Amino acid sequence: MTFASISGLSLSPQLSPGWFLPMDASSHGPALDRHLLLNLWIAGGLLALVHLVLLVGLLARRKGLGKRSARAAEILPLGFLVLLFVGLTVQAEILWAAARYTGPDPAALQVEVTGMQFAWYFRYPGEDARFGRTEPKLVAPAEGNPVGLDRGDEAGRDDLVAAELVLPEGRPVDLRLRAVDVIHGFAVPEMRLKQNAVPGQTIHLHFTPTVAGTYAILCTQLCGSGHYRMQANLRVVSPDDFEKWLASKRSGAAQ
Amino acid sequence: MSANPTPNPAQSRSSATQKPRSLFSADHRTIGRQYLLLALVAVAVGTVLSLLMRLHLTWPDRVLPFHGPILPEDYLALVTFHGTLMVFFVLTTAPQNGFGNLILPSQIGARGMAFPRLNCASFWLTTLSMMVLLSATFAPGGGPISGWTAYPPLSAVASAGPGQGMGMDLWLASLTLFSLATTMASVNTLTTVVRMRCDGMTWNRLPLTVWGWFTAALLSLLAFSVLLAALVLLFCDRHAGTSFFVPMGDVVNGVLQDAKHGSGNGSPLLWLHLFWFFGHPEVYIAILPGMGLTSMVLANFARRRIFNYNLMIATTLLIGFLGILVWGHHMFVAGLNPFAGTAFSISTMAIAIPSSAKVLSWLATIWRSRPEYRTAMLFALGFVSLFVTGGLTGPILAQPILDQYLHNTFFVVAHFHLIMAMAGAFGLFSATYYWFPQITATAARPGRLMSEGLGRVHFWGTILGAYATFLPMHITGLEGEPRHYAQLTGIPGQAGHLMAKPMLMQTHITYGAIFLVLAQIPFLVNLVWSFRNGRLAGENPWAATTMEWKPGLFLADLADETSPEETISVYRGPCDYRDGNNPATFHPQWVSESVAE
Repeated sequence: MTFASISGLSLSPQLSPGWFLPMDASSHGPALDRHLLLNLWIAGGLLALVHLVLLVGLLARRKGLGKRSARAAEILPLGFLVLLFVGLTVQAEILWAAARYTGPDPAALQVEVTGMQFAWYFRYPGEDARFGRTEPKLVAPAEGNPVGLDRGDEAGRDDLVAAELVLPEGRPVDLRLRAVDVIHGFAVPEMRLKQNAVPGQTIHLHFTPTVAGTYAILCTQLCGSGHYRMQANLRVVSPDDFEKWLASKRSGAAQ
Repeated sequence: MSANPTPNPAQSRSSATQKPRSLFSADHRTIGRQYLLLALVAVAVGTVLSLLMRLHLTWPDRVLPFHGPILPEDYLALVTFHGTLMVFFVLTTAPQNGFGNLILPSQIGARGMAFPRLNCASFWLTTLSMMVLLSATFAPGGGPISGWTAYPPLSAVASAGPGQGMGMDLWLASLTLFSLATTMASVNTLTTVVRMRCDGMTWNRLPLTVWGWFTAALLSLLAFSVLLAALVLLFCDRHAGTSFFVPMGDVVNGVLQDAKHGSGNGSPLLWLHLFWFFGHPEVYIAILPGMGLTSMVLANFARRRIFNYNLMIATTLLIGFLGILVWGHHMFVAGLNPFAGTAFSISTMAIAIPSSAKVLSWLATIWRSRPEYRTAMLFALGFVSLFVTGGLTGPILAQPILDQYLHNTFFVVAHFHLIMAMAGAFGLFSATYYWFPQITATAARPGRLMSEGLGRVHFWGTILGAYATFLPMHITGLEGEPRHYAQLTGIPGQAGHLMAKPMLMQTHITYGAIFLVLAQIPFLVNLVWSFRNGRLAGENPWAATTMEWKPGLFLADLADETSPEETISVYRGPCDYRDGNNPATFHPQWVSESVAE
């Protein structure tokens, strides 16, 4: 078991690419995974190389280091490592910029995500595509108003609040993350997403789910004694099923 | 080896406070030993706590004797105490203040630290700080649950969780005392290195251990003063109605917090900035002395000069300097502007270069040297191995796009435990075996060596245990498993499936941790046994070149009347081993001509 664990990190990506990673169900995921696996391969390779050099150096007969080999021992590998790290940084920043530098697609589906001890709530703006006003003093999960929706605001009349996040397959989504009480971490491993929700801030996060299915939404920022059970489901469904779900929620809310 | 321990008032600053055996002694060796003893207590407690965490994760239904079931808040209190004890009272205290006090003055040819009484005060403040921390266990509601990073509002609002009332206040009080003590200690270390180097001890003749302590003290001074400020601000948020970290409209447990925090609109991110501005340099404070020691021990047992000595000095300083520019890499997903993510990513990747240069220098130093495998050397080699293994995942986590997946998973736990906790511990173990004669020698009794046989058992058990425990955490992290979860089983919904997959690996990790803890028994036995019965070290048992092994220096700095005010001089840089056919030839720093064994 131990040996398998030790060798697993460096050997397995080739045997079966990313067997340890959960399924990848977002449009930016495959590029992220490729970059992650490349990094793991490089780290594993360097790890093996350093230990090989260490072992050979310890086992070989004693011999002094010459001036020329001294230079080779430091300057050349260091130069190589500089190039390697620069390359990885550039590639990583390209991916990061694609994910975060630009805003969402104008046609993106708007959903507000609210974290509180110890649940996630998801608000859809309804047909007017506008979120209604919320007030901290109106936050009352027990009374069916977990996000503190101001019922007097016209824009909020058709807002839908759900305990699961349902998204149509293939459509860009723009999440606005909020936290009511303490910092929470919104994470969906299968979407390769993670972003803290911070009280007093609204943080946007956009992505496109590509594969229908049910995925785990976790809290990944220590938020109190119930941190481990703060989770929700993300259901990615076909666009038709999404419309049906919205309609059923709407009729449920109207009753 | 007999000497009169009566201090000479002409030499010591104060005969009353220099008495080495007094509890409130200002003698640097006594204080060093006291710090080491304190760290040993802290590491023992911290290790037991981590074992409880592992056992609970694997067998959540087991009941703890004298306590009952481990509730989620108990688990998080364990997390908080484990992290706080290990980071502050072990990894900051032992290398920097324990071995720093014991060894640093001798290595620069000084007779003591610059401010002996301040030194004594630092130690007792640190002890008080640890007592305050441990007392938080008995606070109503238990210990604090917000981890060693204490992110607000969880840490700012007492009703945010059990333990966040008095437990959190005691935690804040403890760290405030610790910050004061460490700031004082770092002023002492800096002044000692700058002002008290002996004749001939130029900056580039300083051993790399001294460079490690010096750089760590520079970082301590900057980092702990910022932490101190942050702690005071957080305390004000909790008790003085301010709102540095609590935003307007914060609703905790259904209660709007605005009334308690005036009309201010604070930001939790401000705490993250202040905390990590301290927190990242802190990890370098923990590891820089170990890096310095590793260099010196490798050279000592390989009988080689350290490869590219001046570059090693430069990389130590560069790592320290870059270490204060990278705090934002803890905050890639915290809600910063994404451009800040790029900037912190680049500064973090940059730190890989001086770190790689150090590894290359270590490899070159021991390359084809046929070293002597004493236990101190084995642990120094283990340090290199763990530093590389833990270090290679650093650049992975430094890429924000990858951190967006890996942040707060077990992958991160694996990374920092290998590079900070395990490499840090290996540095401490190497130091203990190497400097045991310095730890045990007093004016009345000669220094002793630790048992090499037990030492070897300890080394192999520990390195196997360390890898068996922490390597598999990379996998569970890649599988998406988050840290800080009070339980990994019985979680509803889709998350339950995600969490179930790595459970087998988690069980293996727990067995690894049990093995790792058991492997420390030979060490404890060795400490106790060798203290009384260890082989006498004699003078300079490792044929070392640095000043702490200078014959007679030890007696001289005890201010013995029979040894007159002798000028201590240094004639060369450290590690002057003849790099050639006769490894026995070496030139200690204190000898003006060459010495052959």
